[in-house]
Formats: sequence, structure tokens, C-alpha cells
Amino acid sequence: LLQQNWNWNSLLFSRKTDLYEMGWNIGGLRDCLIAAAPYGGPIGKCDKSYVWKSGIVVDIGWTVSDYLLCIQENGTVLIYDILGNYCRHFNMGSESQNSVTEAKVFHSAYRTGVAILTKAYRFSVVTNIDDQKIWRLPDVPGLQTSGLSCWTVISQDRQTKLVLASGRNIYVLDNDSCTSVTVPGLDPDVSSYFHMSASFNYKYLALYTNTGCIWMGTSNLKVPLKYMILKCSYYSCIMVFKISSRCRRPRSQQPSVVLMWDRLLLVAGKNNENDELYLVPELDGVRIIGSKSHEFLHEVPATCEEIFKIASMAPGALLLEAHKEYKKESQKADEYLREIKDQNLLPTAVEQCIEAAGFECEPETQKMLLRAASFGKSFLSNFSPEKFVTMCRELRVLNAVRDYTVGMPLTYVQFSQLTVQVLIDRLVFRRLYPLAIEICKHLKIREFQGVSHVLKHWACFKVQQKDPDEDIAHAINQKLGDTAGISYSEIAAKAYECGRPELAIMLLDFEPQSGEQVPLLLKMKRGQLALNKAIESGDTDLVYTVVMYLKNEMNRRDFFLTLRKHPVALSLYRQFCKHQEQDTLKDLYNQEDDHQELANFYVQESYQEKVEVRVAELQKAVDEYSKARNEFAAKATEEQIKLLKFQRKLQDETDKPYVDHSLHDTVYNLLLEGSHRHAEQLYKDFKIPDKRYWWLKISALAEKNDWEELEKFSKSKKSPIGYLAFVEVFSISEQFNYLIILSFLMSLREVEQAADIAIERKNENDLNLVLSRCNQSTDRSLVERLNKARSGANKK
Amino acid sequence: MAFHSRIDSPEIPKFSDLKRLACDQLIYLLEQLPGRKDLFIEADLMSPLDRIANVSILKQHEVDKLYRLDNKPVISSCDQLCFLIRPHIQAVKWISEIVNSDKITGKCRKYKIIFCPQKFYVCEAVLEEQGVFGDVTCDEWEFYFLPLDDDIISLELPEFFRDYFLDGDQRWVFATAKALHYFHSLFGLPLKVYGIGKCAKMTYEMWRQFIEEGEKKLSTDKTGNLFIFDRDVDFVTPLCSQVVYEGLLDDVFRIKCGSVELCSDVTASDKTIKVLLNSQDKVFNEIRNEHFSNVFGFLSQKAKNLQTAYDKRQGMDIKQMKNFVSQELKGLKQEHRLLSLHISASEYIMKRKTKLDFQELLKVEHSLLDGFNVRESISYIEEHIIRQISMFESLRLLCLLSLTENGLVSKDYRSLKSQYLQSYGIEHVLTFANLRQMGLLVEQQPGETFTAMESTVGKLVADKAVGKLTDAFSSLAKKSNFRALSKKLTLIPKSNEEYDLHSPPDMAYIFSGAYIPLSCKLIEQVLERDGWNGLEEVARMLNGNEFAVAAGGGGAGESKPKPQSSRLMFVIFLGGCTFSEISALRFLGKQKGYKFIIITTAITNSSRLLESLNDGHS
Repeated sequence: LLQQNWNWNSLLFSRKTDLYEMGWNIGGLRDCLIAAAPYGGPIGKCDKSYVWKSGIVVDIGWTVSDYLLCIQENGTVLIYDILGNYCRHFNMGSESQNSVTEAKVFHSAYRTGVAILTKAYRFSVVTNIDDQKIWRLPDVPGLQTSGLSCWTVISQDRQTKLVLASGRNIYVLDNDSCTSVTVPGLDPDVSSYFHMSASFNYKYLALYTNTGCIWMGTSNLKVPLKYMILKCSYYSCIMVFKISSRCRRPRSQQPSVVLMWDRLLLVAGKNNENDELYLVPELDGVRIIGSKSHEFLHEVPATCEEIFKIASMAPGALLLEAHKEYKKESQKADEYLREIKDQNLLPTAVEQCIEAAGFECEPETQKMLLRAASFGKSFLSNFSPEKFVTMCRELRVLNAVRDYTVGMPLTYVQFSQLTVQVLIDRLVFRRLYPLAIEICKHLKIREFQGVSHVLKHWACFKVQQKDPDEDIAHAINQKLGDTAGISYSEIAAKAYECGRPELAIMLLDFEPQSGEQVPLLLKMKRGQLALNKAIESGDTDLVYTVVMYLKNEMNRRDFFLTLRKHPVALSLYRQFCKHQEQDTLKDLYNQEDDHQELANFYVQESYQEKVEVRVAELQKAVDEYSKARNEFAAKATEEQIKLLKFQRKLQDETDKPYVDHSLHDTVYNLLLEGSHRHAEQLYKDFKIPDKRYWWLKISALAEKNDWEELEKFSKSKKSPIGYLAFVEVFSISEQFNYLIILSFLMSLREVEQAADIAIERKNENDLNLVLSRCNQSTDRSLVERLNKARSGANKK
Repeated sequence: MAFHSRIDSPEIPKFSDLKRLACDQLIYLLEQLPGRKDLFIEADLMSPLDRIANVSILKQHEVDKLYRLDNKPVISSCDQLCFLIRPHIQAVKWISEIVNSDKITGKCRKYKIIFCPQKFYVCEAVLEEQGVFGDVTCDEWEFYFLPLDDDIISLELPEFFRDYFLDGDQRWVFATAKALHYFHSLFGLPLKVYGIGKCAKMTYEMWRQFIEEGEKKLSTDKTGNLFIFDRDVDFVTPLCSQVVYEGLLDDVFRIKCGSVELCSDVTASDKTIKVLLNSQDKVFNEIRNEHFSNVFGFLSQKAKNLQTAYDKRQGMDIKQMKNFVSQELKGLKQEHRLLSLHISASEYIMKRKTKLDFQELLKVEHSLLDGFNVRESISYIEEHIIRQISMFESLRLLCLLSLTENGLVSKDYRSLKSQYLQSYGIEHVLTFANLRQMGLLVEQQPGETFTAMESTVGKLVADKAVGKLTDAFSSLAKKSNFRALSKKLTLIPKSNEEYDLHSPPDMAYIFSGAYIPLSCKLIEQVLERDGWNGLEEVARMLNGNEFAVAAGGGGAGESKPKPQSSRLMFVIFLGGCTFSEISALRFLGKQKGYKFIIITTAITNSSRLLESLNDGHS
């Protein structure tokens, strides 16, 4: 009979399910510290008599992510993983030094906290052991005298409070204040409290008084919910507070308390002779741990109750019955089915059966209910199969993890709260990789969160094994292949953490993204390799990161040598130096014997300097150019030095700016100013070609409108640039007058050119002028052309 | 010559979305710093910013005053300063100085730096070195693309050219690959990718890697083909004088981010006028790709048409007149305004160019391209230098000479160089060193040393670990091979026939029929052959690194491309392209039914190219 383990408790049914027989071989639970994590978590046990190396353990507890916390008298909290390996430790502050008397581990969503009480009756709290910020709570007045009877932690909405009882007073303690609270609806005779307990979600609180009463209310101690008097008053008890989490049945919102006195479990009403028990509050019930057995006590869920209650007429119950009859091939099946269908309740019936299956632990019962649901479903046309399928899948998972080899007695409610992700993480922590992978595949979880995630953890575990590097790398690559969402660099980082750099490098080779490889390689001080990878990736930022790292890590010489092997990095670094570290740039060129660049560098440098320094800089450049066998540049630079010196002298003499001008401009300016002597000197000293000098001279003279000088100059020698240049010079000049040009040209006996210009201009006066100078006999054709043009001009 | 597009030419994706996205992101970033703030903009970014978000949009988002960021103390009294900069070390240093000087005077302000298009590690390193890392917040404005027109998208990274091709700095390559990835995630992957050049290959490989690493959610639509082109494959084309209208405008007035500022000389008024040059401008759209000699004829025809349109008024009754005024007049007025602007711009160009003896210059250029009368050209260049006609023009001619002649004979090299130094100053020794490194202006090497160098390079290539080392050598050993290439690809049309500029037979019209641009010819050939088959010799002469790969991403065949989309061609110029090249590609597109979309790191021309390599200080 399914109902055999149900108990009636005035208002509701509760039931007890045997989870496991405990295989541990211990004499009893007395003198032990026991801790069990919620959500079917592991159980920790610590013999009080065991002497710890580092100190006396006050209490133990589990974190939400399955780490075991051992709180020692000296305030140190040691953290172990689920397999008993030491992970790390932290301290609860200097005040707790050797004086921790009590400690409590408490949970809230996603985090675990620790509260301690010291000999001096002071409380300290760490609300999240991962960030380890320690809060010292304010003093409670009068604790020293009246003593502390009991206390508990309430952690709600990111706030952590302590509720404590001292004598007949109840205090609420938070980060900065301590308030005394009067509990409403309490017997005035109460003079002290034996015990208090908060519900799993910290919404409710129960107090057990010396008058044998239990007060239950909201955790802010303002609204009383229930008050009951028990006719016994044992001092020592364990009290676990439990609130039914289901909402479908309003009346079971009643809180209930499971109390355990020395040998009496109150709600269960069963007397476990000769046995110590330990209670673990769960979301939807209580786990009872004894030396021989491990049971789960919870309220019978409404659906189960409706289905299995004797003579229940709920649709689910009828459906189940119908299915039973159907199996017996009895026509009664049809009758039951009709009864449901007539009320139009078949969908509800199916849903009830599916839901109830979730609440059952026995696979047989689950199967029975699910078969009934499936049977009912076949009579429905548009019933979404999703619920049914999901339930089947998830139950299969739950049954698998409930197996004693895994040992996670999760209920369906807990599982829904916990989520698959966390379940997988827990399995991974327990190193149950194959199971986790199977579950991921079975539940069709996306690779990234599912299989890849598990494989990654597997690989991280694998690298800690003692096998040879090659084997491990090979095995990992074999299994992981190119699975999406796997980062080899993370695994490699783990390998490095475990002191296996060689393995880490092998693993990094599998990493397809060079960008991911670089940071770890740097951490491993493999700068050269990192540089190669960074350059491969083409990401210049990455290259810079490595270069900057190498710059700090290596001595200058090696650094430069390394850069030299990597032109990409070298050019990047040069760019940086050009702006930030000019001197380094020089060193760099020096190191490379790159005289050409070094010389260029000096030239560049020279025109940022004052004239006095410039010569010195240029001299250096000359040396370097010669070393680079660039005679041309060396000579050019030497000439520049000469020019600079000359310009400086000029500047001193004339007080006019000459420096910063090219040779051409200098000569031009000199000519403009009429210092023909200096211009001549430059012409000779710098071997300025005649062409240039002529051009310079005539354009400067034209600019000055010094026609006399120009004429004199033009007659001094035959022009190496022709005479058209003269015309050009005139047309540029402001004193633009063709008559002047023409007469000038003709004075040079360049009649033909003059004629061309005059013809083009079609100006009668011009033409006449030219004609008058023409020699009728020698320039016959010219005269003809001129005449023709003149008659044309006349017509206009 | 009028361009008539073929009916089956493909549709162009809407690139204006790129602008909207950029604008939205900038606003978002500005709002990250709530309250009034002053905005400091790096000079480089001013024009691009103007095209994305104008002053009124900025003011709407609580930008108080706008400044140009330079090395001057800040006078702003605002307590929030926002800096919009390229990830340049110099700019970051200036900002650090501002912060530090505020610290000294005890001013307390909030500083935010927005890096565009991305932050570099060095920038943060500099901030840290200057001790202000904690005082500023940094953000990235992922503004990679500025659509200049329907078919031109610019990355506005003029420094790409020098940084990569001269200094071997790859930071922009990575950024470009990232930009490319972003682009294709918006507009679909290409069907086929072609390319030539080392940088092109690198960009392609990085981009591939992004696709592989990225989420598979990328749109699997496939549109068009992609051609990635390194600027250093063809230096000759951008160094030639541009004679197509848009190119000429760029050479003379400098088009900045698709708009040109016409000085008061042109507009015949007191103020300068800023004109947006794109296909929206009906007049410009018809003449932009025309050879300059056709422009005047076209404009006068247009003016006549306009007059006839105006003249319609006569003899209209009241109703017709009303119609005319409400519907046509505004359009006519607009056209009138643009027409007069373009006419005066053309006149100005004519004036400038005749003054500088443009015809003579073109003749020299053409004979250089042709390899004809080299000595004469050299003496022309020499005179050009002696007369100090133009610093960069002279340099340009020198480079053209070296590129077409495969280096200068030692004697000429030295004499021309020293002439140049006498004219423009010794510092140009550095400029010449740069040009030499780029292979733009080199001295001819005696044959033996060259092959010896090549064989060592070959040996080094075999050793993969030092493979990178060879890059430095290969740039030294870069041969231009222009003459051989020109023969192989028939870049120079036969000179004995009269070239018809009104209805040109080929792309050579952009250089008055004297030369088909190498870059565009290569693209044409590769498209025609659907790869490099039969072009092996050409590719070898261009230093290799050519590739042609089918399907840009995984999941080939998932979605059938539209038949037209294979006619859409994205051409990426790494290191910039000229308007002439764009005109040539437009011509090619019309001729063969392709639609070319040009994506370039920047619009360039000969003077921008050479100025970026200039290390002299003038």
C-alpha cells in the first residue's frame, strides 16, 4: 500500500521515505559534528575527539556549491572540496582569535555565509565566503551577565540579521544596530528560550520556550502564526523549522515544526530507539539522518494526496484506476474513463498524474502514474505532450542521481529550484563526468552549457593526473576535438596552475584563437612564444601587449635582439618610440647597426633643435651616413652643415632670417637684397649649376624690377636657359609691359621671339615697334608675317 | 560620352544605413557622459564627423562648445570634457597634458576619450605612463565606414598608406579586417574573393578568421564578389595627373569627405562655398567621369537647355505659369546654381592649368608612360626642379620616371636628387629615403647584385621561422617592371590612331587615351578570367601574393544568390584610390554590366600620396 508511511498530523499528511541505508560504520552520532548540505547535498561528519592539526573545530557546514567549511576555534575557516581536498582558508578577523565558541553556516541564494560568536559574546558575520568581507556586529547589552541562550541567522533580501535570545529578551542584531523585540502573543511566564529556528527561506521563525511552548511567526517577529503548548520541557532539543512550499493547497500554508528531543521525533511520532538523529532542513521537507538510515520526511503533496487518498474521487485517482482496470482488460476501465470525461476533466486528470509522478521517489510508482497519464492522453486530441515528455526525461535524471552510487536524494521540487545547470555542476564536482554528459545529452542542453562545459571540467581534472604530458594532451584532444565552446586556453591555464607548463604549451597548441594563447603564455613567462603567437594572430594590440611585457622583463640587449627577429613587432615598437622614447629609438638603431636609419634619425632630430646644436647633430648624421656607405647623403649633409654655418654668419651680420632656407632660397634672398657678392660666393662654393644660377638671378632681378642690372646680366654671357625664360620672368613680374619686354628682347637681338609675342598679342603698337627693328633684307619672312598681323589688327 | 547603365546591372545595397548606425552609436556614447560637455575633435576627424553628425545634432546631445584638439592649453570652463580622436599617440599625449595641467591648477573635471574607430593598446599604455589612466574613461566609436556616395565607401584612414606601406605597421590592417567583417555581417558575404598584394592577403586571412571565430548567426546571404587590392601593386596610376573632371577637382581644390570648398576666386564673391559632390548633384553626376576637354561643351549645352526651360515662361497663361513656378522653377534654380558653380570651377581649373603649362606636363607624362624620349623628359623634370615650380609635382615626376624606367641610372639619380635638395632643402634626404624604401624612386642596380640579393631572399623564404624577415628585403628588391607589364596587358593604346574622347573604347580615356590604369586593367582581367589563370606571369611581376577563393564563409549553397548579385563587385583599395580609378571602374562597369562598389582606406591622389611620405619640414 502506498499510503502506509503516511501520518496524519491534525491538518495534513506527512510521509517519510527511506532514502538510503547508511553504510557508514560508526557507533552513533553523538559526539560528532554533522553537517549536510541542502538540496540532497552531501553529509559531513567530524568526530569531536579527532585532534586537528591546525586547531579545534567548532562547527562544520556546507556551502551552496558543495564545499565543506570547517570553522575552527581560532577563527580560521578551512574550505575543502567535496572529495576532501583542502582548497583554501580564510580568517574571521583578529577578534575571533582562539575564542570562537559557536558558529553557524547559513545559505541564501547563490551564496553561503558564516556567523561566529566569540567568548566575549560578540558576533562577526561573513555574508559571502567568496568575497570575505567581515562585518563586526554591535554589542548586545547585558549579554555578559544574563548569558546567551540561543541564536539564529536570518538572511533575507541581501540583508543578514541575527536573532538572539538572552534571558527573556529577544534581540535583533544587524550591521549597525541592536534592537530589543517583544514577541507578540507569547505567554508572559516565559523567562527563557531553549531554542530557535528559522525556516528554509528565512520567512518564518520558531521559538521554543522554557514553558514548553512553541511560538511560530514571521521572521520579523511581528506576526504570530501558531502557538502550541507541549507538555514537556526538555532542555536539549534540535528543532528544524519547515514550511510547505507548495501553494496549490492553501491550507497547507500552515507552518509546521519538526522537533526532535533526545529520543522523540515529534511529527513523525516514531521512536527510534537507541539512535542519534540529525535533521537537515530542505526546501520541501526534512532529511533525517541516523546512524543506520537516511530518511526524508515531507508533507504529502496535494496531488499525491488527491490521487492516493483512500476512496478519492479526484480525476487523477480515477484515471489511475481506469488504467489499472484496462490492464486487467476489464470493462470498468471504460466506466472510470467516462466518469472523468463526462466532467470534462480528462486533461486535469492527465496533468495530475504527471505531476504526482514527479513527487514520487519509487520508479515503479512513477511508471504507474506516467503510464496512466499516457493512457489518458491517448483519449485527448490536442493535449500538448511537452509536459509529459519533460517529466519523463527529468525523472530519469532524478532517478539516476538518486542512485546510491551517486547519492543525491533530490526531490522534484528541489530539482526545479536547483536547475539543471547546478545539478550538472554538482555532478562535475563529484567527478561523475560520464553521467553528467549523459544527462546533458538526454536533456538536450545546448553544447556550450552542457557537454562542452563538462568536458572542460574533465580536461581540467585530467591535467592534474600523473600521466605523461603527451598522453594527457593527446587524450584531451581526442575527446574534445573541436567541440564548440571549449577553450583550450582555460585548460592550459589549469595545467600551468598545477605546475605543468610543458603540458600547458601542448594544450595551447590546440587553441584555434591565437589571441587566447597569448595571455597565458605571458603568465608562463614564455615571452618569445607569446610574441610568435601574437604576430600570427595579426592583432597588433596583442603584439604590443607582449612587446611591453618583454620590455619590462628582459634586459635591453635581449629585448632588442628579440625584436629584431620579429619585424612586425619591431616596426610597432618603433612607432611607439618615435612618439614616446626617442632615445630608445636611437639605441635600437645602434643595436642593429642600422647606420642609415640612425643618420636619418639625427637629421630628423636636427631640425627640432636650435641652430647651435643642429650642426653637431648633422655631424653625427654625416658619420653615420658614411658608415652606411651612403656617400651621397653624407656629402649632402656636409654641404648642409657648410650652408648652415654660412647662413648663421649671414644672420648675425644682417639680422635677417636665413637659417631654415634651402640653398636655392638663400641665394634668391641674397640676390633680392642685392648682396651679389655673397650670392656669387655660394654659387661657387656649392657648385650651383649655371642653369639654376641664371634662373635665380633673372627671377630675383625681375622681382626687384631691376631692369638695368637684368639687361647687364643678360649680356654678360650667352644664357644657358635661353631667352624665353626672360619673357616668363617678365610676365610674372608686376611691372608687366610688353613694350619693355619687346625692347628688351630686341636689345638682345632676339627679334624672332619678339615678333612671335607681338603677333600673338595683335597690338598695332607692338607690331610697329618690332617691325621698325627688323632688318628688311635678312628677316623677310618675319616682316611678311608681321605685316599680315598688323593688317589684321587694323581691321579690328 | 554619356554613361548609360545596362538594364541588368545589379541593385546597390543601401549604404546610408552605415551612416545612421554610426550616428546612433556616437549619440549613445555622448549620452554616456550626461550633462553639458565640451567636445574636442582631432583635426583628422572633423570632416568625417561633419558628414555623420552635424553641429546641431551634437548640440542636441548637450555638447556645449566644439574645439579642435591641438597642442594648446584649454580655455574651456566646462567641467566635462569629451575628446574624439583617432588612436594616435600624439593626441593621447595632448590629452594627458590637459589633464595634468588641470591637476596642477586644482581644476576638477570629468574626461572622456572616444577613440575612433577603435582603441589601441598603446594609447592606454601612454595614458598610464603619463599618470592619467585613472582620470579618464575610454570608449570606442566603431565608425569604420563613411559612405561618400552610392558607390564609394571610405574608411577615412589616410594614414593607412604610410603606416603600412612605409613603416610596416600592421595596426590598421587588423582594423580593416575587422571593418570588413562588420561590413559583410551587414550586407552579406561575397561569393568569391580575389585579391593581390601582401596586405590584401593578410587582410583576407584575418577576416576569414573572424568569420570562423564569430557566431554562426551571420547572415548567409551572398552578395557580389570582392576584390582586394594593395596600393603598392600599382603606384603609376595614382601618380599620373588626373584629367577626368572629378579627379581634376580633387587635384586642384582637394575634395574632403565628398565635399569641396570653393575659394572666393572661384565663386566671385567674398566667401567660400562648400559644395557636396555626389550623385545627388544632377549636373555633377553627368560630368564627373568625363574627360575635362568634354566638360565645357557639356556645360554650355546644359546652359542652353536651361535657358530654353526658362524661356518656356514666355507665352504661358496664368495657370501654366503657376504650374511652372510651383513645380519646375525650384529645380531649375537649383540646377542653375550648380551649373554656374561648376562652370566657374572649370574656368578656374583652366586658368590654373594653362598657367602651369599643363599640356606640356601631360606630354611629358605620356612620353614617360610610353618610354619615349626619356632624355627630354629628364631635362624637363630638371628644369621643373630648378625653377621650384612645385615641390610635390617635381617629386611626382621623379617617381613616375623611376617607376616607368625601373629605376634611375645612377648619374641621373644623383644629379636630380642633389638638384632637388638644393631647391627644397636637405631634410628631403629623409623623403628620398622613404621613397626608396617604397620602391617609388630608386637607383638602378647593376644586374649581379640584384640577383644575388634575390637568391638570399629565396633562401630565407624557405626557412619559415624567419619568413617575416624577408619582407624587409623584398621591399628593397621590389622591381617595378612597368614596361613589361604594360606590354603584357597592353596598357598603352596604339598612338598612331586618333583617340576618340567622346565615345572612348576603353578605360584609357581617363588619361586622355594615353594609358589604361594598371589597377583597373588587372581587375578587368581577373573578372574576365574568373581568377588568375593565364595571368601568372603578370602576378609574378607584381611580386605575387595573388589569390582567388570561392565563397566567403561557411554554409555554401545554403541560399541561392540572385543571378544579378554576382555582377556586384566590391573593390577594396588598401592604401587609397584616386577618383580617376573610380571613373575608370564606373566606365568598365557600364561597359560590361558590372556594378562596382569602391571601398577604400581613403581617397588619394598624387599629392596626398607624396605628402604622406614627406619628411621634410615644409
